[in-house]
Amino acid sequence: MPAPITPNDGPPRAPAAAAGPAVALHLLATMWRIRLFEEEVSRQQRAGLVRGLVHLSVGQEAVAAGVCPLLRAGDLVYTGHRGHGHAIAKGVPMDRLLAELMGRADGVCRGLGGSMHVVDVEHGLMGATGVVAGNLPLAVGSALAARLRGQDQVTAVFFGDGAVQAGYFHESVNLATLWRLPVVFVCENNGFAEFTPRSAHTVVERVSDVVAPYGLTRETVDGNDVLAVRDAASALAAAAGAGPALLECLTHRLRGHYEGDPQKYREAISQAEWQEKDPIAVLRRRGLASGWFTEEETLTAERTAAEAVAGAVRFASASAFPPADLMEQLVYAPAEAP
Amino acid sequence: MTQTTYVKAVNRALADAMRADPRVIVIGEDVAEGGPYTATAGLAGEFGTQRVIDTPISEAAVCGVAIGAAQSGLRPVLEIMYIDFLTLAIDQLVNQAAKAHFMSGGQLRVPLVLRTQGGAGHRSAAQHSQSLESWLCHVPGLKVVMPARAVDAAGLLASAIADPNPVVVIENKTLYFRREEVPEHIEPIPIGQARIVRPGRDVTVVALSRLVHEAVAAAERLAGEGIEAEVIDPRTLVPLDTAAVLESVSRTGRLVIAHEAVRHGGFGAELAATVAEAAFGSLRAPVQRVGARFTPVPFSGALEDDYLPGADAVCAAVHAALTVPSGRPDPRSQ
Repeated sequence: MPAPITPNDGPPRAPAAAAGPAVALHLLATMWRIRLFEEEVSRQQRAGLVRGLVHLSVGQEAVAAGVCPLLRAGDLVYTGHRGHGHAIAKGVPMDRLLAELMGRADGVCRGLGGSMHVVDVEHGLMGATGVVAGNLPLAVGSALAARLRGQDQVTAVFFGDGAVQAGYFHESVNLATLWRLPVVFVCENNGFAEFTPRSAHTVVERVSDVVAPYGLTRETVDGNDVLAVRDAASALAAAAGAGPALLECLTHRLRGHYEGDPQKYREAISQAEWQEKDPIAVLRRRGLASGWFTEEETLTAERTAAEAVAGAVRFASASAFPPADLMEQLVYAPAEAP
Repeated sequence: MTQTTYVKAVNRALADAMRADPRVIVIGEDVAEGGPYTATAGLAGEFGTQRVIDTPISEAAVCGVAIGAAQSGLRPVLEIMYIDFLTLAIDQLVNQAAKAHFMSGGQLRVPLVLRTQGGAGHRSAAQHSQSLESWLCHVPGLKVVMPARAVDAAGLLASAIADPNPVVVIENKTLYFRREEVPEHIEPIPIGQARIVRPGRDVTVVALSRLVHEAVAAAERLAGEGIEAEVIDPRTLVPLDTAAVLESVSRTGRLVIAHEAVRHGGFGAELAATVAEAAFGSLRAPVQRVGARFTPVPFSGALEDDYLPGADAVCAAVHAALTVPSGRPDPRSQ
């Protein structure tokens, strides 16, 4: 039976150029921006300026940095509760992102969303959800709209391995494959669903195996190797024109489920292991060895990121809190002009 | 004027909207086949299965798909076959659709229409007969309409499709095949506008959906006793036309609220409280509520007939509202 939605039979997207010196340095800079931003968020939370639930992606930056920058300007991204990295990598301004986390009027969502609900339509970040797996069908719907409107657009949706055990995952993969929609499902498999190891929740170790019967284009990569993530994402985004794809990134969350999580459920990763796996360290070692960049350039990337974060702190701290009448104003959208 | 049925009016409103706006799509289980009540019959033939999209039995995700499509430029009309199945989709409706505009600081819009139908009376038992509208009315960000007539079903659906917000349209399965006179061309009916179905001076009866017709039947019976009941159909529950209800109560001084949903925690409770807060001085007697008893809908016909509130219950409530509370003078005798 033919799928009811016309697939895109146009020429496939060309995969992005292989990583060279310029790309590698850019990826390193992006990961530094995410890392230093989130470390600052943690500090600001301890100082009481960032409140509420905050889920950091420290250690998982390679996924955001590998996937988001290779998407086109018109491509869309949905993320979940651990989404600061995806936002930064997709181009959301760091100062307005931090202002949002601080609940300020200049936040990207004017202080009404917060850490788990960052949206920046201008930069293609269409949604972030605090309900695990709830973003998956939204991404499928966004891809459906693109296809019906005849737009050559890919929607990427980020989620953790904890989302895979939810019904939404299976329903969304089924619909996306049934209708051959341009969605890239990006799973950050960090081995933990909130406080519990994956093995306690499912007998299927690899997320890419979960979707095998759907015939989805799928790949599992070392999610701490940003170049591997980027190459795989590039190929899968190109393939997504003809139907959905799944990218599973094996990674490691260096911090708790949320900031303040006592993490009684696991042994902290050892310092030596951390050095080995840290995606920034991995790329740094490889780039220096390959002559893609110099020690000086890595330091500049780190310093530039630190300056950007410091600027974001100044911007966000100076921003006013939103006015109380904003709440009622934004419950319903006003009617469009005819 | 022309004869039609409620479900045909819905069908025609969908077709009109799809002709007028290529962004409008219809999506849901069996919609390309017309659905169990023929609400979408013929649409796939005219507009194709690209715009009339059959889905698997997958309400949770399909609701999210419709929301994602709405956020990205389409105007989906999602059909949830029975309101009882909305329980599966309510996470997306409540946590995503209702809050997206607010949480994004006004960036996102969700011009989604969720059509569904509820109500008992078909011996369909407790999982295919419920009236769950009060849940939806509790969620800021949703609009909720509950048409009782063909003309309202079509006119409100047209307005819902044009609205930039998520609108839940709750139809009633027992009204689908009622024959009605309607104008040749049905104009959109503004969301949030009540209708005085029958004027009266003695008591205000605010009734929802199927109970509108029961209330009219009750009013005709009461007229034989010399009691003139004013029947108001709010048509929209959120945003509610509070002014129309208050204006009527200011004239009659008595209020009866009638819906099929379980009385406990039902929409009538909110309406009664609203009137008590805003017009306590106008009330000459306690507000009376008609609603189902606090049980699931029974299967057996004998029990279901007993369970369903109807004209008898409305008459009894009106009589109660007209009974002077002890210790108070009867204003009608003054």
